[in-house]
Order: sequence, then structure tokens, then C-alpha cells
Amino acid sequence: MVKLTINGREIKAAEGTTILYAARENNIYIPTLCSNEAVAPYGACRLCLVEIKTARGRERLVTSCIYMAEEGLNVQTDTEKIRKIRKMLLELLLARCPDSEVVQDLAKKAGLDKTRFVEQTGNNKCILCANCARTCEEVVGVAAISLAKRGVEREMTTPFSEDFSEACIGCGSCSYSCPTGAISMEDNKGKRVIKWPHNTMEFKLRKCSVCGQYWAPEKQIEYIAQISGTPISDYDACPDCRQ
Amino acid sequence: MAKLKSPGELEALRSSILKKRDPGKPCITVCNGTGCQAYGSKSIVAAFQDEVQKQNLGARVDVKAIGCPGFCERGTLVVIKPKDIFYQRVRVKDVPEILSETIGKGNVINRLLYTDRTTNAKVTKEGEVPFYKRQMRLIIGNNGLIDPTSIDDYLAIGGYTALAKALKMTPEQIIDEVKKSGLRGRGGAGFPAGSKWETTRKAHGEPKYVICNADEGDPGAFMDRSLVEGNPHRVLEGMIIGAYAIGSHEGYIYIRNEYPMAVRHMRIAMEQAEACGLLGENILGSGFSFNIKIKRGGGAFVCGESTALMASLEGRVGEPRAKYIHTSEQGLWGKPSNLNNVETWANVPLIINKGADWYAKIGTKGSKGTKIFALVGNISNTGLVEVPMGTKLREIVFGIGGGIPKGRKFKAVQTGGPSGGMIPESLLDLPVDFDELTRAGSMMGSGGMIVMDDKTCMVDMARYYTTFLEGESCGKCIPCREGLRQMKYILDGITGGRGKEGDIELLEEISAALFDASLCALGSTAPNPVMSTIRHFRNEYEAHIKEKKCPAGVCTFEAVKVK
Repeated sequence: MVKLTINGREIKAAEGTTILYAARENNIYIPTLCSNEAVAPYGACRLCLVEIKTARGRERLVTSCIYMAEEGLNVQTDTEKIRKIRKMLLELLLARCPDSEVVQDLAKKAGLDKTRFVEQTGNNKCILCANCARTCEEVVGVAAISLAKRGVEREMTTPFSEDFSEACIGCGSCSYSCPTGAISMEDNKGKRVIKWPHNTMEFKLRKCSVCGQYWAPEKQIEYIAQISGTPISDYDACPDCRQ
Repeated sequence: MAKLKSPGELEALRSSILKKRDPGKPCITVCNGTGCQAYGSKSIVAAFQDEVQKQNLGARVDVKAIGCPGFCERGTLVVIKPKDIFYQRVRVKDVPEILSETIGKGNVINRLLYTDRTTNAKVTKEGEVPFYKRQMRLIIGNNGLIDPTSIDDYLAIGGYTALAKALKMTPEQIIDEVKKSGLRGRGGAGFPAGSKWETTRKAHGEPKYVICNADEGDPGAFMDRSLVEGNPHRVLEGMIIGAYAIGSHEGYIYIRNEYPMAVRHMRIAMEQAEACGLLGENILGSGFSFNIKIKRGGGAFVCGESTALMASLEGRVGEPRAKYIHTSEQGLWGKPSNLNNVETWANVPLIINKGADWYAKIGTKGSKGTKIFALVGNISNTGLVEVPMGTKLREIVFGIGGGIPKGRKFKAVQTGGPSGGMIPESLLDLPVDFDELTRAGSMMGSGGMIVMDDKTCMVDMARYYTTFLEGESCGKCIPCREGLRQMKYILDGITGGRGKEGDIELLEEISAALFDASLCALGSTAPNPVMSTIRHFRNEYEAHIKEKKCPAGVCTFEAVKVK
């Protein structure tokens, strides 16, 4: 365990805990957008920046999602400087995703209700946090989607920007992990439709042999059967009906 | 070629090479670096070689293609050794005359000589050319003496003596020497090299990696290119010494793919060094082994950033990562890694050979040694300039650089590439020193030095750099990606006659966020061109915004009503 101070409060954290998690464990709020417990920290949105002073007296601004709690660390999460930075970051993000309610909400919390910057049109809600791609690679393991291109051209897309991704199993983890709802998923009439910023994919759902409900995409089940080495017949019944 | 198994064998080889050479025999050295190749140097080399063969002059004169010695303004450069007769602006049609007059009769061809602009007198010897004379060419100077594809040439000028000497020292002694020398990284950040080596050596984890950053991406910078093209062995020697000191057995040289000659010459150098036992297994019979692989960049400025470079080496997308844990502790594949710039490595043999005390006498208190600058832009003497740290910018621009051509006036000099700032006339007495330049709102950077005359619009320059950085940003973090996007819009607007009151303040606000919140140094230094031009040339911004006028006469505005 290490002892550190956050906003004047002395707290204890286990070794290997990030400042962000240590703060959350103690009900101290630090805004985030690209942070996701299921995947490795990314440090892209910069909203979780905090001012720190190490035990040796070194002062700097760090992303709390990556920086590990250490003995004698002094953390400030809500200084004048941090508030200014967060406001600017959100103002820039508002220009990128003017239609995103999540961004509007965070901006309002920071005291911002409009942006002075040139707004991107037709960009919908993708904030390029890469939660989708990281989840698909690190958790699901198929890396069906990725962030491609560099700088302002950067976008979430499929291999070679084709209409579909062969590796996609339709599990929808990307949709679950997206913080702004830029990826939507809908199951209807035996089909799952996943809508990404630039394309849409449809997946045939498997019907439970017992209750007749559609419960998961065929492709996802095939993938699970394959990586677990179990026969596909094990998945004839949905989880509710299985003995 | 049998592998050398001891420093003694190395010296024996060196002696045998020197014995076969007649220092008195004339040698026509022709610069065949990338710059002079644009002037047609390849055909000049071929013409000399052809003619020498045809006229059976092989016994009387040698022809050697060398790397870039630095006076690029005057290419193609031809220097006739051993008299050091300096011919400039040589063309293919001059070849027969040089052979018949200078080699055949010992006559100097006046029209090919350099004219000293201050005295109007002709200069005969290379060493007397003011451009060279005012420099301290400890590193780049060797480019004029060797064919970069010949290890024999490198050995003939004392190459690999530092390596032999280092292998007799302990790694700790070498690190001490480098620390004492005060060598700071030449890639831009100026971090003390010796300390970095020591941290990497002490770090836990095997294997340890040694990396050479040859991704040189600053527009206008070509120091590293000339070093790798013109003297690859020197860079290798530095790396091998470093690897031995750090305890690394695997190295990488990351060269940008846009430097094919550099890649080719480094490959040849590595093959030759390996064949001689100076690289690879059991170097000089010492028991120390070190292998290097060349990896080429894919075309991204951001891959010059050390963590992005390492991501690229690992086969991942070139994106930087937060540097809360130093690469000396966890770098390439999570292992302790030491990354240094080409010029930093090239300084190492010098420090080992001459000693840290000798080296530390050159330069200033905080910045030791020399620095090579690529002096380009609106300057009379475009080329590579190597000076001791502490030299005033004024001396580089007006002394060595020969001032501004076409009768124009000096306006600003930009150091540090897109991460640097513009320095106006009033600050020209600043010395080139890591800390002094940073204090003035610029930075040393990797060595690019772009001179601008009074026909340059400073707002347009800020726009240029911002556009460059917007295109090169990896796009991962919000402040850099979105901040540069918005800054570009504003600057496009100002230079297009659509500037508004408050634009300058908005640029300053966005800059503050980039400075504090960016993930890497590309983002955090991106505001420098904009902020330094606002600081020193605010009146130009205001003229564009309030009067829709471009004082330098560069920006063409859409038809706007002027008050």
C-alpha cells in the first residue's frame, strides 16, 4: 500500500493502482472519456489530467489514468489550471462532435454551452477515444475494426475501409464500450444491425432450440466455439434454457 | 577479409592500408551527396573516372566520390588533394579542363575558384574558404576525406581507434567519460547522454537495446542525412561504443525511408564492419558482441519522437506514449533502451579519443561540444555549418552564412524546426546554447536553421508550420489533433483576409492547452512557431486582421473592403 494525498485528503492505494482508480475508490471525481476498465489505459482524451508533486518535489501535469499512485504523491484534480485545460479540451471536442449529448453534458459541467471553434459537419459522435478498437483487440481478440490514418484524417474504420469487416463477429462489444453512442446496435427480427460511423453491418442471429428466442449472432457463436474448442451444438440452446 | 581479432590486428590493417597509399598522389574528390547529386555530381564523377581511364592517368591521379562536406550553395564541389584546390559550381563540361590544366599542368582554373565576397579575392585552398574557415568542423569535416562506401578510407583517417580504446576501458569508465564531457543529445531535447546511458545500464531487464534515431523530419534539416550518407562508420563506431558501455547486444538504426542513399551507405558500412570483425560477434576479439538491424520509417514526422519510433520498430502504428516511465527503464518491447540521435552517436568516438576534458573545453557551461546546423532559406551560403556551442547566431547568419542575398534585409531565423520559434534581429546576439535558445522562446532542436528575409510574411510562416504539424500529428490526443486543426483554420483565415478581432487571443488560448495537455512533444512544442511570431511580430498579425494588409507583400487576400 502507498500513501498519497488527493485534494488535501490522505488516502491509501494498493501498489500498481493508477491515480484515477485510487481517486474513484475514494469517491473523488475525475472526468474521463477514453478510460475503460476492460482495456489498458490510453491517455488520449487528456480530460483526466491532474497536477502532481512527487515526494522529491517534481511538479508536472499527468494523465491520472496512466500515472501510478506512489508514496508521498500530492495530487490536485481541480485547480484553476486544470479547469482551464478541461474547458479548452471540451470546447475543442464540441467543435468536433457538436451533436454528441455526452460531450455537451461534460462541456456544460465545465461551464461551457457553446464552442467558438469551427464545427465539423456530419461527424456524428465519434471522439476517437478508440475504446471500440481497443476492446475489439484486447478483450474480444479479433481486431475487426481499428483507428486508421493520421491526425485530422483519423477515423474508426474497417480493414481497407471496406463496407464490412470479415473478422467482425457481431458481438457488439464496441458498441457497449463506446462512451458517446457513436456505435449503435439493434437486434430485430432475427437480425443484428451494428452501425459504425461509416458503415453498417448485419448479422444473422441464432435462434434458441428450446425457447425460440434469438440470442446471439451466429458468427459470434462460431467464434466462441472455435476458440474454446467446444462443439457448436453446445450452443443450440440459449444461456437461459441451458441445463 | 578475415575478421580482426585484436586491436593489434586492427592497427596492422590500418598500417597496411596507409602503406599502400601515397599521400602525395593527386586525388580528385567530388561531392556526391544528395545535394550535389541534384547538381549532376554523379555524371561528373563518371566523367572523371571515364577520362582518367581513357587517358591512362590512373597512376597519376585518383578519383573519389565523397559525402557532403557542407558548402551546398556552391555544388558540385570538387577538391583536388593534396593541395586542397577548391573548385566550386563545377559542371560536367569542366571535367576535361580540370584534368588537362590542374592535373596535367598544375595550373589552377580561376573561374572555378571561390571569390571571397568581402575582399573580392579568389580563394584557392578549401581551408581558406571563409565559409569553412569560420567553422569548427570536428564532425562534418571528415566527410571531405573519405568515400563513405570504403571502410579502408575510414580506417586510413583513424577510424575505429576509439572503439579499440573503449574496449580496453570498463563500461563504467566509458560512461563516466561521456558524462564528464557534458555531451547532450543532438536530436533536440538536449538530454545528458551520459546520464541516459547510465540509467539504461543500471535498469533491470534483458535484452537491452541501443537505438539510433535517423528519422530526421524537420523541414530544411539535413545534418543527419549528410552524416549517415557521408560517414556512416562514424555513427556505427559511436553506437558500438555505446552498446558496450550500456551492456546491450542488439541495436537498431531507424532511418527514414526518404533517405535511400543513407540506407544504402549504412548497409554497406555495416556489412564491411561485420566482415572486419568490428561489428557482430566477438568484436576485435574482446568477447563483446553487438548486432544492428536497419529499419526504415514509413513516412511520418511523428516517428522521430522516441516512443513513436519504438512503436514503429515494434511493427505498431507510430504513436507516442506517455513518458512517465523512461525508455531507459522500459523502452523497446518493454526493455531498457537507449535512443540517441545520429549526431550524438557521431560525437562519441571523438570524446573517447580526445577525452572528456578536451571535449568539455569546447562550447559553453551548459552546452558542450559543437553542433551542426543546416543553414537554409534566404541566406547567401546555404549548407551545413558546424560551430562550437556558444557561437552567436549573428556570426552564423552573417559571418559564416554570408548574410541575406539579393540586397534584402534579415527578418528572422527559425531554429528547432516546427518545434522551434522565430528569432528576430534584436536577439541575433544570442549564443547557440540549449538553455539560452529555450529561454528566448525557441529551442536548439535538431539543427535546422531557416533564415527569412523581409519579403517573408511571419503569419504565413506560422501558418506553414501549423499546417505541417496538423498533417503530421498522430491524431491520438485531443489538444494536438483538434487544437492544430482549429489553429490552422484561424491562420488560414488571417492570411486569407478573414481575420477577426480576438483571433490572436484565441490562438494564444489554444496554444496554452497544447502546451500543457499534449501527450507528446510534437503537440507541446507545436505552438512555438505561432507564439514566437505573435511575440516578436504581433504588428504583422494586426495588419492582417485590422487592415487586411500583408506588410511583407506575400498574402493575397480575397477582395475585402479596406477601411
